[in-house]
Amino acid sequence: MSLTTAFFAIIRRDLLLAFRRRAELANPLLFFVMVVTLFPLAVGAQPNLLQAMAPGVIWVAALLAALLSLDNLFRSDFEDGSLEQLLLSPHSLSILVLGKILAHWLVTGLPLLLVAPLLALFLGLPQAAMGTLWLTLILATPMLSLIGAIGVALTVGLRRGGMILSLLVLPLYIPVLIFASNAVDRAASGLPVTAQLNILLAMLILALVLVPLPTSAALKMSVN
Amino acid sequence: MSWIPTPISRFFHRTSSPPHFYALANRWLPWLTALFLLLLGAGLYGGLYLAPADYQQGDSYRIIYVHVPAAWMSLFIYVLMAVMGAIALVWRMKLAEVMLISSAPIGAGFTFIALVTGSLWGKPMWGTWWVWDARLTSELILLFLYLGVISLYGAIEDKKAAAKAVSILALVGVVNIPIIHYSVEWWNTLHQGPTVTKIDKPSIHVSMLVPLLLMALAFKVYYLIAVLQAAKLELVRREASSQWVKNLLETKL
Repeated sequence: MSLTTAFFAIIRRDLLLAFRRRAELANPLLFFVMVVTLFPLAVGAQPNLLQAMAPGVIWVAALLAALLSLDNLFRSDFEDGSLEQLLLSPHSLSILVLGKILAHWLVTGLPLLLVAPLLALFLGLPQAAMGTLWLTLILATPMLSLIGAIGVALTVGLRRGGMILSLLVLPLYIPVLIFASNAVDRAASGLPVTAQLNILLAMLILALVLVPLPTSAALKMSVN
Repeated sequence: MSWIPTPISRFFHRTSSPPHFYALANRWLPWLTALFLLLLGAGLYGGLYLAPADYQQGDSYRIIYVHVPAAWMSLFIYVLMAVMGAIALVWRMKLAEVMLISSAPIGAGFTFIALVTGSLWGKPMWGTWWVWDARLTSELILLFLYLGVISLYGAIEDKKAAAKAVSILALVGVVNIPIIHYSVEWWNTLHQGPTVTKIDKPSIHVSMLVPLLLMALAFKVYYLIAVLQAAKLELVRREASSQWVKNLLETKL
């Protein structure tokens, strides 16, 4: 089996598994919607306030939803032993890991794109910012899966890794949060956002190249 | 590795053996303590007594003699930890792992000191305990990174695996520190800048600079003392069943 076949086989397998467990598929999405709903209840429903907070609220919620879904990335494979098979395969582990991360993003990151405009509407985000919101979600949610993968790989061997996972991953998410919510914020006030989008793109490419290496090293550590 | 002169590589090999390191640390500690006290005394005397009061900030600027060295150390130790992590991953050197683990709480301590002294200084100067200034924020995030390293090491039962995990995490963190730092800085300048912060720093006078550098050196030596003590403890804990620890106990008793 060539590396390309193996790569796509892994994506196919993970997608298939995800669709067999449809209930789990919806959980991060529901969580995303509910966190956003909490904000108007907590800070009051003044339209001005909500509109000003909308980019930040949506992005914080997206971040938390991604964090919640991260554990699925390697946990079940670790428990049923297929992760060991992955490590034993003759192909480069980094590439296979990248396939798993990509599948995870398709399952958890991509659906956020569908719900985000609805939530933006609830919070009164101007129409002009909608395109930018989509763009930042497309560019930045893969990064959430990528960076999170390092944290999951480090903690997958632990019985209760959830708290530590968030402690490890959240500080690393900060640059993504800053540029993504800032871009949406600026788009809402009609300012150019090219710089922010370029930086997000640069960070995405950097993460795509670098993340598989520590992730596969950490997986090897966790399985042994 | 042929490009390293033999005496140096021999020194490294010997030092990286735990019993040898233990004895070496014991021999160094009294000297380092004396040096630390000397530097600390000179720095404090120069900073608190000899240096003139600042024309703008009065005597309250004197907190920089603790604050600035602590902030420098907080970054320095994290970078050092990443170097140790790389050494531990590439050459599987046990001592590097031990030094990495022992450094983490000390670095977190320095970061905490830098944050607390900063906010103590900020209250009379800026009129508030905390502002979301770029430097303050990135220092706070650095504290989170340290706490992540410490808690990850504590959570993994098998200490060999834990050391490896922490080495990877330290390397990931060090790649991220500049990204986080600059993004926080841009975040702050992209938003409207805070109006109270950043009184333009007047370039520092020699009578203030010399004590500051002395204090920075004192903090470095203090770090060495603390890390050697912690590393000694960690080594004994790890190698509790080995012969040299048993011999050590017998000579002590």
